[in-house]
Amino acid sequence: MIRFLAKRIGQAVAILLGVTVVTFVLSFLMPADPVRMLAGRSATPETVESIRRELGLDQPLPVQYVKYITRLVQGDFGRSYRQKTEVSALILSRLPATLLLLLGAIFFELLIGMPAGIFSATRRGRPSDNWIMAFSFAGVSMPQFVIGLLLLYLFAHMLPIFPLGGYGTLNHLVLPALTLGISGGGWYSRMMRSAMVDVLRKDYVRTARAKGMTERRVILVHALRNAILPIIAMIGLDIGIFMAGAVVVESVFGWPGIGQLAWQAIQMVDIPIIMGVTLVAAIGIVLGNLLADLVMPFLDPRLQLE
Amino acid sequence: MPHAIRQLLKNKLAVFGLAMIAVFAGAALVAPLVSPHPPHEQFFDGLTLQGAPLPPNAKFLLGTDLLGRDLLSRLLYGARTSLIIGIAANGAALFIGAVLGIVAGYAQGWVGAVIMRFTDLMMAFPALLLAIALAAIFAPSLWIVALVIALVNWVQVARVIYSQTVSLTAREYIEAVRSIGAAWPRILFFHILPHLWPTLLVWGTLGIATTVLLEATLSFLGIGVRPPTPSWGGIIYESQSYFLDAPWLVFFPGVCIMFLSLSFNLVGDALRDALDPTQRGRG
Amino acid sequence: MGRWMTRWMVIILALIMTMPALAFATDAKQGGEMTVTFKDDVATLDPAIGYDWQNWSMIKSLYDGLMDYAPGTYNLRPGLAESYEVSPDGLAYTFRLREGVKFHNGRPMTAEDVKYSLERTVNPKTQSPGQGFYSSIKGFDAVTSGETTDLTGVIVVDPKTVRIELSNPDATFLHLVALNFSFVVAKEAVEEYGADFGKHPVGTGAYKLSAWNLGQNLIFERNKDYYRSGVPKLDKITFEIGQEPTVALLRLQRGEVDVLGDGVPPARYIKMKNDSQYADNFMEGPQLQTSYITMNVKMKPFDNVKVRQAVNMAVFKERICKIINNRAVPANQPLPPAMPGYAENYDGYSLDRGKAKALLAEAGYPDGFTTELYAINTDPNPRIAQAIQQDLSAIGIKVDLKTLAASTVIAAGGEPDQAPMLWSGGLAWLADFPDPSNFYGPILGCGGAVKGGWNWAWYCNEEIDAKAKKADAMSDPDLVDQRIDLWRDIFIEIMEDAPWVPVFNELRNTMRSDRIGGSEDFFVDPVFRPCNYRYVFARDAQ
Repeated sequence: MIRFLAKRIGQAVAILLGVTVVTFVLSFLMPADPVRMLAGRSATPETVESIRRELGLDQPLPVQYVKYITRLVQGDFGRSYRQKTEVSALILSRLPATLLLLLGAIFFELLIGMPAGIFSATRRGRPSDNWIMAFSFAGVSMPQFVIGLLLLYLFAHMLPIFPLGGYGTLNHLVLPALTLGISGGGWYSRMMRSAMVDVLRKDYVRTARAKGMTERRVILVHALRNAILPIIAMIGLDIGIFMAGAVVVESVFGWPGIGQLAWQAIQMVDIPIIMGVTLVAAIGIVLGNLLADLVMPFLDPRLQLE
Repeated sequence: MPHAIRQLLKNKLAVFGLAMIAVFAGAALVAPLVSPHPPHEQFFDGLTLQGAPLPPNAKFLLGTDLLGRDLLSRLLYGARTSLIIGIAANGAALFIGAVLGIVAGYAQGWVGAVIMRFTDLMMAFPALLLAIALAAIFAPSLWIVALVIALVNWVQVARVIYSQTVSLTAREYIEAVRSIGAAWPRILFFHILPHLWPTLLVWGTLGIATTVLLEATLSFLGIGVRPPTPSWGGIIYESQSYFLDAPWLVFFPGVCIMFLSLSFNLVGDALRDALDPTQRGRG
Repeated sequence: MGRWMTRWMVIILALIMTMPALAFATDAKQGGEMTVTFKDDVATLDPAIGYDWQNWSMIKSLYDGLMDYAPGTYNLRPGLAESYEVSPDGLAYTFRLREGVKFHNGRPMTAEDVKYSLERTVNPKTQSPGQGFYSSIKGFDAVTSGETTDLTGVIVVDPKTVRIELSNPDATFLHLVALNFSFVVAKEAVEEYGADFGKHPVGTGAYKLSAWNLGQNLIFERNKDYYRSGVPKLDKITFEIGQEPTVALLRLQRGEVDVLGDGVPPARYIKMKNDSQYADNFMEGPQLQTSYITMNVKMKPFDNVKVRQAVNMAVFKERICKIINNRAVPANQPLPPAMPGYAENYDGYSLDRGKAKALLAEAGYPDGFTTELYAINTDPNPRIAQAIQQDLSAIGIKVDLKTLAASTVIAAGGEPDQAPMLWSGGLAWLADFPDPSNFYGPILGCGGAVKGGWNWAWYCNEEIDAKAKKADAMSDPDLVDQRIDLWRDIFIEIMEDAPWVPVFNELRNTMRSDRIGGSEDFFVDPVFRPCNYRYVFARDAQ
């Protein structure tokens, strides 16, 4: 186990290093000059060049990259070009909002996906199963911004139950989290359904039934306990998908998370923020994958930790 | 194969999906014939005097957009954009992913290691951020958007194809073919690729659903195909600030995106059930 | 010094006489609070660095410059300076500082602080976007090149007097010391916080920052020691960040917030404007802004003046205004109507497709041509670009649209051969200070027609440049009218060369809640947006 973890952490560091290289190169490939964005419309060419020197952007790319990495390993993410604030402070100020959204999204994904999947599994092949699966696919097939805008229209405008976006109270969280929940819940219900179908065929379930246990008890206690593991693995893998959703949903609902931070930074070519947010997102994804990998062996004993 | 097709046609949802795809493809093909108006024409009477869009009415069946253009015509032409990008981008992603996956899986060794470590890296990359960055680098046009999406979406394909190729390569008959001295292109083409077709077909279909959504999302963020080319995501992007007052501008294109993506998902899922032996019997 | 024929100017009196109408409003009692909403985060409150319209006015409330503007107007009045004197050659400005001005940390402000602050802005290490404004001060080059940090042209005569010497006369200089980049900062705070000074501002201004929750809100509190008695009116201002304009408007209608920082969202504009219920809440007025299309005079076919004139006659500006719900008025010249020097009697190019086609034919393009229009990709700019595209196709010009991120569009405009046409919306020129020269240099003068510059038309007319130099040197207050006339002529002459299609002048609007009072001028203040934070007052405190 320890060896497995050590190996995985080693791999993760290598991957994250790769992510920084790719992000760095992509940032500089953008056909825009961060210094001009910074210097604004009244700056003379001399001012532009002096700002470039001050930021070290006049040096060759590899030199800049090595400098960046050297500071990064000391825990210094650098400072935003535009705001001059430390990138770590900016990310930390927005991370809670994104994590809250993540938790809310998982809550709704499970709330929608699990009952639908269980219900579908127990009625396999019947019309209700087909309908639920069709709806699961519909949720998955709807762009998140459309779900978000429709929810806003229905539950904030027509029936003003929830706020039209913003951040602060639990009420603000409902619609953005529900948006991600509807979109992701479709996957969970399908996952849950196939896991349940597998489990319901197992001998111990038959035994439990034979013992005269009620169907409800069989499903909720025995079957569910065993079918839940793939769901946990799924949550881990979901983080990557969530990061993409965050950019869109945060923009629709004006949610002050790191997705918005990244989006604005790309618009302004604020490279230290782009680097920082990408790295943090990548760390989240790598951790999520690690979680999934740790859970997998419990699903299938044949899969030993390598 | 005939067995698979029969099984597919037994699946009601898949038939529904196929029918919807036919409808969208038909709309895209005959858009010039059935569109009530030219999709780019900005009608002076397509806006109120205050510049607000018109709700559905007799002249503009689904209403107008914020420039006074006919929404129905734009939706019909938008089907072209979505389908072209869906097929082109997914085809390219499938190609890149399949080539890299097969090469990595067959060659293994350091070539395989390099390729697979690279896909690991791409997996850790937040996909949408990558797409946004790529779209910022290349000024988007129809084909560039397709390319950007392909560059983001090939990773999953590569991983699936890789693991299948690895397990195929390990089979005894491949060993046997190798031992009689067959050249590697021959082995890849005649002995490995045929076994991968079902997977490629399934991913080819499901991938279009993902691609359609990604195109819509990029357009919604303002970095999709360039105006005035009609795109469903783009219509929503342009109308977003008005959506409380003109919800039809979000609703109709939203429904189009959903049904197109849904259709490919349904068909792809049924195909997987019908073709993929590892999945057969499940569910 | 002895050879100077010094004369004190009684400018204070003159200015006070121009604004008796405002006197009543400034009588309002102090007290109460208000909440202002913004969508985007505030980048910094460092006056040397902050340069977006959102922090621009916040900075004006936290710090002061030597000069200031009378509320609701663009009339200069003394700020930290109590009075000033200009040498007859216009090369030296002597400012006498007010007594008893204190920084938020309690320390009295002196002439040394004025010098320090200007030096800081000019110093390359500060990375100030406003550095170039002060290039006429003696010793500027030595500081920008890094030789020294001492800006020799700024001389501390005594703790209450500072003299600024220029290397050439600059008629806009008093505006420059009313500009944020010259605002006086407390050296000890800059040294204490370093790069984080922008988050811990210490100035002499009407308000001080009492809290900043990143990404959520900022709270300003009244500076009780402010040198202007009776100002500011409010005890506290809360800026809420991350509020979508649509949400903010609804919250204002519910009475939860008081002023919309981003204005009324476009889709709601008509309703709010025409609703008599909100007659006292909806505020609208002009701003010093023009949105225009540039045509790159170095690129074919726009090197031909007839082509540029033809384009000017083909753009249907009224319809473009309609597309944005008439939140703008059509423009026919670079200067906005509220700017001194605006030519009232100039008609510009009116919509005439027949004449436009004839001009194209004369220029050798009877069948039109194909070109590209760059525009930024945020609403409503792609829509406006599509409207322009349709207008130009009517005279045979086929336009491919390049709607891209602002940073990419700016980069393209700054290359001599990349963007044949560029729509300035979203990047549009908003005056830094109310003087016509601010609409020339960087965007129409030869100085801006350089790689990375903002003169995207690449228009450079040596003759006009010479006239502009002459106008800028007319710093004698007696020549003010002549100078403005000269500028008026310059812009009309530019329109003959037609490097731009001036499309519209955007109006600005905002809403205030019933709790907030003050002259409507304070809500369309030329230098403050969304409102003059120092002079608006709380009705419940009256």
